[in-house]
Amino acid sequence: MSIQVEHIHKSFGSFVALDDVSLDFPSGALTALLGPSGCGKTTLLRVIAGLERADSGRVVLAGEDASDTHVRQRRVGFVFQHYALFRHMTVFENVAFGLRVKPRRERPREPEIRARVMRLLELVQLAPLADRFPSQLSGGQRQRIALARALAVEPKVLLLDEPFGALDAQVRKELRRWLRRLHDELHITSVFVTHDQEEALEVADLVVLMNRGRVEQQGTPIEVYEQPATPFVYGFLGAVNTFHGRVERDGLRVGETTLAHDSAPLAPGVEAIAFARPHELEIVTDPDSAEGIAATVSRLLNFGANARVELDSPASTADSGRPMHYEVVLPRDQVQALGLVAGQRVRLVPSRIRVFEHRAA
Amino acid sequence: MTHRMPVPLGAAPRFNPSRQTRVLPGFPLALGYTLVYLSLMVLIPLSAVFIKSASLSWPEFWAIVSNPRVVATYRLSFGAALLAAAINAVFGLMLAWALVRYEFPGKKLIDALVDLPFALPTAVAGIALTALYAGNGWIGSLLEPLGIKVAFTPLGVLVALVFIGVPFVVRTVQPILEDLETELEEAAASLGANRRQTFTRVLLPVLLPALLTGFALAFARAVGEYGSVIFIAGNIPMVSEITPLIIITKLEQYDYVGATAVAVVMLVFSFIMLLAINLLQAWSAKRTGRNR
Repeated sequence: MSIQVEHIHKSFGSFVALDDVSLDFPSGALTALLGPSGCGKTTLLRVIAGLERADSGRVVLAGEDASDTHVRQRRVGFVFQHYALFRHMTVFENVAFGLRVKPRRERPREPEIRARVMRLLELVQLAPLADRFPSQLSGGQRQRIALARALAVEPKVLLLDEPFGALDAQVRKELRRWLRRLHDELHITSVFVTHDQEEALEVADLVVLMNRGRVEQQGTPIEVYEQPATPFVYGFLGAVNTFHGRVERDGLRVGETTLAHDSAPLAPGVEAIAFARPHELEIVTDPDSAEGIAATVSRLLNFGANARVELDSPASTADSGRPMHYEVVLPRDQVQALGLVAGQRVRLVPSRIRVFEHRAA
Repeated sequence: MTHRMPVPLGAAPRFNPSRQTRVLPGFPLALGYTLVYLSLMVLIPLSAVFIKSASLSWPEFWAIVSNPRVVATYRLSFGAALLAAAINAVFGLMLAWALVRYEFPGKKLIDALVDLPFALPTAVAGIALTALYAGNGWIGSLLEPLGIKVAFTPLGVLVALVFIGVPFVVRTVQPILEDLETELEEAAASLGANRRQTFTRVLLPVLLPALLTGFALAFARAVGEYGSVIFIAGNIPMVSEITPLIIITKLEQYDYVGATAVAVVMLVFSFIMLLAINLLQAWSAKRTGRNR
């Protein structure tokens, strides 16, 4: 079932959490709401769930305006970052809760409750722990129980608020693969909130990037990673190198040199900011070459399949006037072929840059 | 927590209590101090009560404690104390809820007022309550036309006992309520539970151990209360006399043995009830998974 939000505004006192947010979450997809803390992603999720009321705007669930309905009536499954399990109930009773509180007419009979809960516990692979209490489980197990509990009432949509946020790195990785598999089995429209870009890109069908209460970009993981729409998205998704310069007719003027670019044309004379990923930079060992910008190798991190080269460039300066820091990722054999050492003067040539108009923040 | 040395193969691991190292030091000292303190302050004075009453023969003892006038006071003392504790459990929980969950002007003031019954000399409380609830008092004059008499009736005893018991429930429930995540309520609501179901199935079980502790404290205080009650009770034999008053009356007549006999009955009865409440509390704490 699809979810639409239209022109949602929400503020807490003078803090604007959501500023005219309109989004369409397609039916059956797993969508990630991604952004730094305080960007409004959790507030948006809570507005969709009905745990928070928007100041204005509409929430449409499965084609019906749900803006004024209570969370009880919305039939959304909600999973909390800190699980919010009922600690005085066994795992079984936690999962059965949603069925037991149904009005008598709709409540399934005891054998059916039993069968449904056990089926869900099988699904989250925790059936043997049915009689344990939440405090006897690990964090990953608790979150799976919380998910089974949310699924027990057969929700129309599933909303997860930083579901792996409280878990350690190893468990996180395992659990997000598991969530992806589970989603492929159930195909329930799901939205999850995360501040971890790797998590969003790896798990979701669609990624929505948010910043300061606004939507920056929406698209598939490949789209948002390969074609970031704004400087914020570029900086937020993965490591990035930045160039400050001015647009000229034949390229971007950075210090003494002009860098070619193929981005949307900007008017000459505009102050611009350009980005390149670490693998989109080449190192030319001849320091007097006419190409690229001058830089000095400051550190070599030579392990793994790829080596990381860190450089400083006095030629390209940030607004603060400090030299810019660059990061280049190269295959290891190439580092050896170039014979790079720390302190060496080289030139940096971007193979691909994207230019945005620079607005002072 | 014991540290064990690696044991050579074939040798049975031996348990050596003197070699145990504890994470928290000072256990013998703490236990010793606890026992000495408890003996000096609680056990020895209380056992003196038993020893004194033991000078009575069994029929004499029974005649004193089963006197109809004395039995009537048990009924009032324990009945009113239980009822007052129950009323305080309900309204104390509401008060604690309001103080924890809502922001309103004067909240700090009300929070401080809760402790007042602790600090007020009980006689002052008794006189104030009597003045208010007597037939010509502010509240009493409003209730009198409705046929409700408070002062100088068992109802007056109940009012005084409710008054002195308020802080116990509020102060035991408040911290638990503060620790309770609102997420639990949100989770229950998202699963379709209404407010009543959320309260009875999610909140109350978590609050119950603290609520029972508060109930037990309020009850214990109410059973032993003397000062505030005697003014408002009117002390009519068979109607509004409380057991502590019987004891005082006997003492004033130099009937020390008779006083201790009644005191023994009170002690034993109170102890049984407190023990029962504590067991209930331990059971419910275990159910909420707090001791795991």
